[in-house]
Amino acid sequence: MAEAVVSHGTAPEGGAKETRRDFLKLTAGAFAAVGVGAVVWPFIHSMNPARDVLALASTEVDLSPIATGQAVTVMWRGKPVFVRNRTPQEIEQARAVPLGELRDPQPDQARVQRDNWLVVLGVCTHLGCVPLGQKPTDARGEYGGWFCPCHGSHYDTSGRIRRGPAPLNLEVPTYTFTSDTQIRIG
Amino acid sequence: MAGLHQSDFKNPVVRWIDTRLPVFTLLQKEYGTFPTPRNFNYLWNFGALAIVNLLIMIATGVFLSMNYTAHTAYAFDSVERIMRDVNYGWLLRYVHSNGASMFFIVVYIHIWRGLWYGSYKAPREILWMLGVVIFLLMMATAFMGYVLPWGQMSFWGATVITNLFSAFPLVGQHIVTWLWGGFSVDNPTLNRFFSLHYLLPFVIFGVVFLHIAALHITGSNNPLGIDPKGPQDTLPFHPYYTIKDSVGLIVYFIVFAVLVFFAPNYLGHPDNYIPANPLQTPEHIVPEWYFLPFYAILRAVPDKLGGVLLMFGSIAILFILPWLDTSGVRSMRFRPIARWFLLLWGLNFLLLMWAGGKPAEGIYVTIARLATVYYFLYFLVILPLLGRLERPLKLPESIAAPVLRGGGPVPAGAAAKPMEKA
Repeated sequence: MAEAVVSHGTAPEGGAKETRRDFLKLTAGAFAAVGVGAVVWPFIHSMNPARDVLALASTEVDLSPIATGQAVTVMWRGKPVFVRNRTPQEIEQARAVPLGELRDPQPDQARVQRDNWLVVLGVCTHLGCVPLGQKPTDARGEYGGWFCPCHGSHYDTSGRIRRGPAPLNLEVPTYTFTSDTQIRIG
Repeated sequence: MAGLHQSDFKNPVVRWIDTRLPVFTLLQKEYGTFPTPRNFNYLWNFGALAIVNLLIMIATGVFLSMNYTAHTAYAFDSVERIMRDVNYGWLLRYVHSNGASMFFIVVYIHIWRGLWYGSYKAPREILWMLGVVIFLLMMATAFMGYVLPWGQMSFWGATVITNLFSAFPLVGQHIVTWLWGGFSVDNPTLNRFFSLHYLLPFVIFGVVFLHIAALHITGSNNPLGIDPKGPQDTLPFHPYYTIKDSVGLIVYFIVFAVLVFFAPNYLGHPDNYIPANPLQTPEHIVPEWYFLPFYAILRAVPDKLGGVLLMFGSIAILFILPWLDTSGVRSMRFRPIARWFLLLWGLNFLLLMWAGGKPAEGIYVTIARLATVYYFLYFLVILPLLGRLERPLKLPESIAAPVLRGGGPVPAGAAAKPMEKA
């Protein structure tokens, strides 16, 4: 092994000969990198949602008090969810639009599980404001759905973006009908 | 004096920065080539360990505070939430709470090193006094940190320690009310303690910087307590002491890990897992182990004000230690009598620590009183007298002399090279 000995700390001149010191440096460096990673991860992960936060990640909604044409807003994961019992005209209006006219093309059928129940996140896809349109007195925008007052985004009766700066349709959260009059969001 | 720095670095990026802000030159000078006595033993690890410990405390503390609520109604529950729900919250909290104990272990050994090898003597008086300031800040920070979980020991510890100030005549009660922000330890107290507990570590960091700045002016002391006479007596800090510190660091991490992973509550009190109750004091109330020696001194004195003054005095006396020790010889290796008195002082400190954890009655009070007397006797009588009465052993001519054949001082520069391999 005598040929591998090079005075410590200095790279061999000219030749690309590997030395034992290179090996030591590599293994020690790799070991240190793994160690630092193992120490840093608990710090980073402690900032991710804690278990009590994750435990609150689903919400039950009773649909029975919501009459046709009405809407309710429920909280899910700290955000508003719009649940609207749509009128036949609103459904028809949403389905009559050619997909080519849409910025984020999506048929209405793909956004609902039962035709009259529209469930969307009440968070504008532009910069996160809550659009108006839940109360009968609210401005609903030019397409009869929702209107975001922050920067003027118009959503239609399927919650799809039609005009304004928002890039995407209102997000449809994961939900299931646990009975005819009850859904669980999340 | 304006003008670009003349950088010796070859790497163009490093050089570009270094000519404008010579941080690389500074690091090279203070931690690269910095001439350090060649004869350090492992007791010289503990300054570096203390810095690492401070950084660990700041890092875990910053992340803990992200999930802590400084309110009497929520503090206890928020700490339990950290333990149960926050990802790795248990790890962060156990590292932080045991880190406090590790910090005091490290700093007590660091101080002991200073006492044994006379690191407080000229020209290192200010270096030493800055160290005592750090120690005081650490005690304040640790105390306030212990209050934050708002358990029974938090609450009653806070009550007892803040009440110390009521011992002062006339203004005492006003000071206590001011500290509390009310008429008892309550939400305003908890809020300000949290604020200060977050602030003080950064103050400590600043004083540590001054401590190190002063160290790099005077240079390190060493086990022989004599000044380096030339290059044959020193080694560049890197790689010699970066490696030596790393070895100590690994041992330190092992001890730390054993505490955190196998006995995380060994040094704590079970009572602190009971939420604070202002209507009931725990049966046996003691501070954390690192305060016990001073707590013993407090209880040893049968007078309220006297006890408080003596307790504060036991730390304040460290400020004038450089002038109490009249001997010109630093290291206890060359002080055949003083070393026994200092060794006794160290055991006496441990005795006080033990007595402070016992009930304040019977034999324990007597022991604490005798130990308190010796604590002060050493500083106020024995050290000043020994400086004149004791005849020190003969000091070696240089640090290198005892290890170099022939003994005598070596011409400057000549011996440094061959000795590196030794």
